[in-house]
Amino acid sequence: MSRALRQRLFAAVFIPVISVASGFVVAGLAVVVTGSDPIAAFTALFQGAFTNPRAFPETLVAMIPYIFLGLAVALGFRAGLFNIGAEGQFYLGAIFGVLAGNSLHGVPGIVQIPLALAFGMLGGFIWAAVPGLLKARFGAHEVITTIMLNYIAFQLTDFLINKGPMSDKHSTAPRTPFIDPGAQLPIIISGTRLHLGLILALLAVPIVWFLVQRTTIGFRIRMVGFSQGAARAAGISVAWTLVITMGISGALAGLAGADEILGVSHYMPSSFSVGYGFDSIAVALLARSNPWAILPSAFLFGAMRNGAAFMQFQTQVSSDLISIVQAIVIMFVAAPVMVRWIFRLREVPVGGIQITQRETAGVTRET
Amino acid sequence: MDFLGHLDIAGFVVATLIAATPLVLAGMGGVMSERSGVVNIALEGIMLTSAFAGYAAAVATHNLWLGVLVAIIAGMLIAALHALLSIQFLVDQIVSGTVINILAVGITGSFYRTYIQNSSLGGTGVLPALHLTFLPNAPFIGVITLAALALIPIVHFVLFNTVFGLRTRACGEHPLAAETAGINVYLVRYSNVILSGALAGLGGAYFTLQQIGNFLPNMTGGRGFIALAAMIFGRWTPVGAFGASLLFAGADAFSGRLQISGVNFPYQILGMLPYVLTIIVVAGAVGRAVAPAADGKPYKKS
Repeated sequence: MSRALRQRLFAAVFIPVISVASGFVVAGLAVVVTGSDPIAAFTALFQGAFTNPRAFPETLVAMIPYIFLGLAVALGFRAGLFNIGAEGQFYLGAIFGVLAGNSLHGVPGIVQIPLALAFGMLGGFIWAAVPGLLKARFGAHEVITTIMLNYIAFQLTDFLINKGPMSDKHSTAPRTPFIDPGAQLPIIISGTRLHLGLILALLAVPIVWFLVQRTTIGFRIRMVGFSQGAARAAGISVAWTLVITMGISGALAGLAGADEILGVSHYMPSSFSVGYGFDSIAVALLARSNPWAILPSAFLFGAMRNGAAFMQFQTQVSSDLISIVQAIVIMFVAAPVMVRWIFRLREVPVGGIQITQRETAGVTRET
Repeated sequence: MDFLGHLDIAGFVVATLIAATPLVLAGMGGVMSERSGVVNIALEGIMLTSAFAGYAAAVATHNLWLGVLVAIIAGMLIAALHALLSIQFLVDQIVSGTVINILAVGITGSFYRTYIQNSSLGGTGVLPALHLTFLPNAPFIGVITLAALALIPIVHFVLFNTVFGLRTRACGEHPLAAETAGINVYLVRYSNVILSGALAGLGGAYFTLQQIGNFLPNMTGGRGFIALAAMIFGRWTPVGAFGASLLFAGADAFSGRLQISGVNFPYQILGMLPYVLTIIVVAGAVGRAVAPAADGKPYKKS
């Protein structure tokens, strides 16, 4: 095996596998410390994710937003942008999805569904293009602006659905009315909640791959992620690329939000996301921003999220345990130096291992 | 204006000061860390872990002061993990901060369920407080709030009037130049990140040991991120962070009073205020907030 191939295998397969395994080992230790049986806990987690009745389709349902959101964060990484705002863009997508989903009465589903999804994408696009613009124009760091926009999105949602203009006047709970039945995504396996969104998410993967690897925009995105200076020297508008990358990233996150409304909840409750957007940072990191690798990564996160509830019910081990797994996974994926140190591996992998491609220098204003 | 008639100014100021406590403590922690060149978005996770550890220690030892001490130590330990990952292992500082925030939810959530939720132990009670009997309604100010007020000039002095502070700022602006001048950049950054953990840890103790005498899952509720906003809005200075914390906490207290008084006003607009203001200053619309030049950049000895 050539050295280059070995390095690629190490980066793409060995590190993620070791990371996930280590995550479960550390979480298992935490279970032991809290006085429970880790084998029982992880067995329940597995049953809740896969083998219980209807567990597997539910894992797929949970996987859908992770695919869209993982792609969203990964796309940002390719341009060197850290989109921590996927959660807020997810909310905006959901709000826009609800808006389109219950304001076009009588329009056939074949028109209303794509329209509502497109509207959701628009919501996410706007919410992410703003930090892109602020970075391109003023050099405002996207990490800070997207964190702030997350909280603005939560407040905005609360305003809209808690006795606000979008609230359901017939309900005491803060939530929106149901969307039109015609706007709901069809169920693809009867007796489950598995909806057409799965197909859309599976289609999104090759589309994003194609966008990144085979189009001019994708080339610009990668070029800017590789080196803003080089991109500028090659005549690429860095500012424009940053805005459009954030916008597309946000559109994917917004699509996830609208899809969740149209496919699963059919209205927007006050506790809508419970952290899908935040988890998606881990999904993208584990996949090392490779669109294809988002699939197994999103599957793993969907399974953990779905299995955790049953684990807590069955063994009294807190469902928050999966957060420990996630934290350790990101830590190991992001620190190959540490993995080598812990596992006493020689040969430092250079190149191909950097996951975020972040260029820490700010954007200089273009003339 | 019936609403204004009920407004008790002194009470409002005291309530604001108290609510600003965790913000100013974590905000100053952020100042220390970022001035040395390490971005710290882990403030939220540090506060949550410390809130829990301090409470657990206070329950176990029946001593609230030991609880505060353990909260500070826990903050330092978890900040040391952030330092280890981002300084030693060159992990992207945002990723490292994200790891800490997620880990904090996992650890505190898991232990809470086992040791607190299903246990018969009562609360710990709260730390002693200064009784301001000369004010209307005689409000109390807890010791952590007083400590925070005392720490503002101390942190300011350390940062701007001591050798350590000068070295800290040098490492945050130009680490290579600092190294050339014989400063141990790693040591300075480690010290500052761990100190930031101590400050945020004390801020975490506020939630459990001063505010309610109990622990609830995720009780910091994003205050670490408001502290981050306060640090930026306060232009990476302790006094500025204090001012911003007062503004943000004041807006929060005001919106709480609006809700109670039943005035029909979308209080969420006040809730958005810290975040909108922060975006405005980082975008430089009203007096640009500029981060230390080397903030967020890993430094690798050559």
